[in-house]
Amino acid sequence: MRKWLQKGRMLSLFAMLALLLMGCGDPTLSTLIPQGEVADKQFQLMLISISIMILVLVVVFVLYAFVLVKFRKRKGDESTPKQVEGNHMLELLWTVIPILLLIILAVPTVMRTFEFSADAQPASKQELSIKVTGHQYWWEFEYPKEELITSQELVLPANTKVHVELSSADVIHSFWIPSLAGKTDTNPGDKNKNYMWFDTGSKTDVVYKGKCAELCGASHALMDFKVRVVSKEDYQNWVAGYKAADGKSSANANGQQIFAKNCLSCHAVGQEGGNTGPSLTGFGDKDRVAGILDHNKENLVKWIKDPQEVKPGNNMPKVNLSDEEIEAVSDYLLGLKLK
Amino acid sequence: MATHESHKKKSVFMDWLTTVDHKKIGILYLLAGGFFFLIGGLEAILMRIQLMEPDSKIFTGELYNQLLTMHGTTMIFLAAMPIIFGFMNAIVPLQLGARDVAFPFVNAVGFWLFFFGGLLLNLSWFLGGAPEAGWTAYAPLSTVAEDTGVDFYVLGLQIAGAGTLAGGINFLVTIINMRAPGMTFMRMPLFTWASFVTSGLILFAFPALTVGFFLLMFERVFDANFFNPDMGGNVLIWEHIFWIFGHPEVYILILPAFGIISEIVSTFSNKRLFGYSAMVFATVLIGFLGFMVWVHHMFTVGLGPVANSIFAVATMAIAIPTGVKIFNWIFTMWGGQIRFSTAMLFSVGFIPTFVMGGVTGVMLSVPAADYQYHDSYFVVAHFHYVIVGGLILGLFAGLYYWYPRMFNRVLNETLGKWNFWLFFIGFHLTFFPQHWLGLMGMPRRVYTYMSGQDLDGSNFVSTIGAILMGAGTIVLLINIIISASSKYKTTKDPWDGRTLEWSMPLPTPEYNFAQTPLVRGLDALYVEKSVGNGEMTPAEPVGEIHMPNGSILPFILSLGMFIAGFGFIYSSWIVAGAGMGLVLITMFLRSVIDDHGYHIHKEEVEADIKGGRA
Repeated sequence: MRKWLQKGRMLSLFAMLALLLMGCGDPTLSTLIPQGEVADKQFQLMLISISIMILVLVVVFVLYAFVLVKFRKRKGDESTPKQVEGNHMLELLWTVIPILLLIILAVPTVMRTFEFSADAQPASKQELSIKVTGHQYWWEFEYPKEELITSQELVLPANTKVHVELSSADVIHSFWIPSLAGKTDTNPGDKNKNYMWFDTGSKTDVVYKGKCAELCGASHALMDFKVRVVSKEDYQNWVAGYKAADGKSSANANGQQIFAKNCLSCHAVGQEGGNTGPSLTGFGDKDRVAGILDHNKENLVKWIKDPQEVKPGNNMPKVNLSDEEIEAVSDYLLGLKLK
Repeated sequence: MATHESHKKKSVFMDWLTTVDHKKIGILYLLAGGFFFLIGGLEAILMRIQLMEPDSKIFTGELYNQLLTMHGTTMIFLAAMPIIFGFMNAIVPLQLGARDVAFPFVNAVGFWLFFFGGLLLNLSWFLGGAPEAGWTAYAPLSTVAEDTGVDFYVLGLQIAGAGTLAGGINFLVTIINMRAPGMTFMRMPLFTWASFVTSGLILFAFPALTVGFFLLMFERVFDANFFNPDMGGNVLIWEHIFWIFGHPEVYILILPAFGIISEIVSTFSNKRLFGYSAMVFATVLIGFLGFMVWVHHMFTVGLGPVANSIFAVATMAIAIPTGVKIFNWIFTMWGGQIRFSTAMLFSVGFIPTFVMGGVTGVMLSVPAADYQYHDSYFVVAHFHYVIVGGLILGLFAGLYYWYPRMFNRVLNETLGKWNFWLFFIGFHLTFFPQHWLGLMGMPRRVYTYMSGQDLDGSNFVSTIGAILMGAGTIVLLINIIISASSKYKTTKDPWDGRTLEWSMPLPTPEYNFAQTPLVRGLDALYVEKSVGNGEMTPAEPVGEIHMPNGSILPFILSLGMFIAGFGFIYSSWIVAGAGMGLVLITMFLRSVIDDHGYHIHKEEVEADIKGGRA
């Protein structure tokens, strides 16, 4: 009997542990605190499936616990148990009931799978469409109608359905904003472009966390992005400000020169510059340095000095600049604010 | 050319190198698999140490990716499968009433190919770095990697995979052809049935992997462009090929565990298996359905709602035969007399843990919800519940159960219980919190996470659990060492067994059965015990027994493959040619040398029977 008490104690330990861990997580990251229509419906599906599954677990566990207690061998009992071949009634029962449970689960599953498919939501009916391109290890966001390209931070109006086209410039990544919608892979090659849609939810002035969910190399863990949801009005202002922005919005002329000479071939600011690296338009307003570090000068200097130290395996070269020059470029970049 | 050598005395070392005896090959598989299991476990603990705290910098970037790749690859291909093959080798011929497997030579080839393949793959740690593209090696991450890590992965697993395929075919033929008189298919013990279905799955699933590895090898070594979209290739081809193999692989792993659990639950409840025919049918059905669900690994790849829905429903369907098995186990115990030996304890732990892994599997089969679960820690939790909580607990149970048969002594039960509780509690502490981590937005295969995302606590608990699992494994090692150094031997039938492998004395004679037994029902030994016989009724008189000769050729052939592997990895065609040449020479020798084996004379067998050795 003592063994049984021990097991009981353990079970309650597990239960307590489970409750402890059952906090729902970070409200800008957790799938358990959905913020938009798609994430919400996905959460409901999780609830349906987990309810059915907990029902199954409870039935099995209770039955199991009963059997383990009731039918353990007792001291001195040398009889041979009856050798039972089976029982058709019982076997039919535990075949048919799971089939019924699965049918209950299969109906909403198929319904929602079609609903979330991009095929069911043609792009023309969307209020906003964006193109997402995954790079090792950063995200490029293009707004085709607005004709602008940003990186690392997706600014979106609230209460809007967003249509997304996904592709990759190198290896497979996966685009995931847990609070707003489940993930879809970004595949390289024109044949495997993916489409999805999501809803930005009603909250404004929140920054949701986005993640890369497919192993894409050494800095896969650091391939974060942000989704800033603002009011429709603020969004219009942002678009106008972003389009008007150019390299002169920052006051640091020295930094601007160094930047133009060393960085502009890869990084765009406004209409100028290359596109092999993330666009730095409006960099001063962003949330993070390199997508992960807190947004301050110290981190920016650290990043430019040795990019490999911050994000191993990334493609940004160590540019040959003196400490003063790096400081100047950092000041310049942090001064790049949208009007 | 012909050899008629009788079984000459060889040195112990040469004896193991040249053995074609299924019992010894089983031990070799178990030792090699156990060794790789320790390496894979160490890699896991290193990863958990890195993830114990946020923003930690112990194993970062590429090194962490190497750890995660090698952990997965090692555990699946070099630990789990060989240990399964170890049990299949040690036990299936005995359960069938056979004197050996159908192709003893091929059996040895299978083992040595696996061994050298695994060795090749693990040498990558010392030769420029291990593979870092994940055990799934998705293109183009695996094709663009510039170091030799992925080459070691492709060549190592290609060689090991060939060994597995040979082993699978061998067991199919053995089970179809080598059953003792009266051992009909529907009287075969469940472990043998599971081995049969698993071997069938290997036969159909591994060729897909072989083809995939050839494509990947050509892409890397000879600059082919199967997966290169710039040259008209398509990255999704690899994903499909990999998972067409990869999903059946999951059932290749779990079905033998189902078999082991069925044997143990029945033995330690002192009851025949409840619903035996339903169990057999469920095993076959799971194997069959296992081939038509691979897209559930690819729900987020963008195959469209039709494909996703079809594969979702097919995946859910697997829950039905699996549920049948669970209830049949519970009702096998119902009305029985359950003895909680260590083997039974592991089986008792297996059932609820596997059910938990199973229900999260059904949750994952819902594509629209899977968009949230996919590639998150929820998936990590799910498949560790199935593979560790299912397969590994099953293998531990099998180890404690069959240890006396394989090594002529029992493992210590007290240490066994420590082993179980440490491992079992550690397991749940490690993986239960990972469900929440995934749902709270933590992607898998990340080497770090930032603080302030509510992920710290669960990660910490998870690492503590991993350390407990490590402690449990160390207790097992201590137990094995103590048992190996102790003189205590056991009786031939320590658990009151029901099946044929408990019918011969210890140590198991070289020829297994002095006289092939006559099988008179399911649980053949129990049938004899219940009518008061204690022993099997022989189906033949004592006579000469024909045995195969040992051979060094399997070792040399595999060594040739190993050398050729290096040649391909470093594009050194001379080395590759030399290795393949060695393989061809061995094959030639095997073809021209007429090896008739040898006979054990009737007198020797009679003497063995008289002396209680057979």
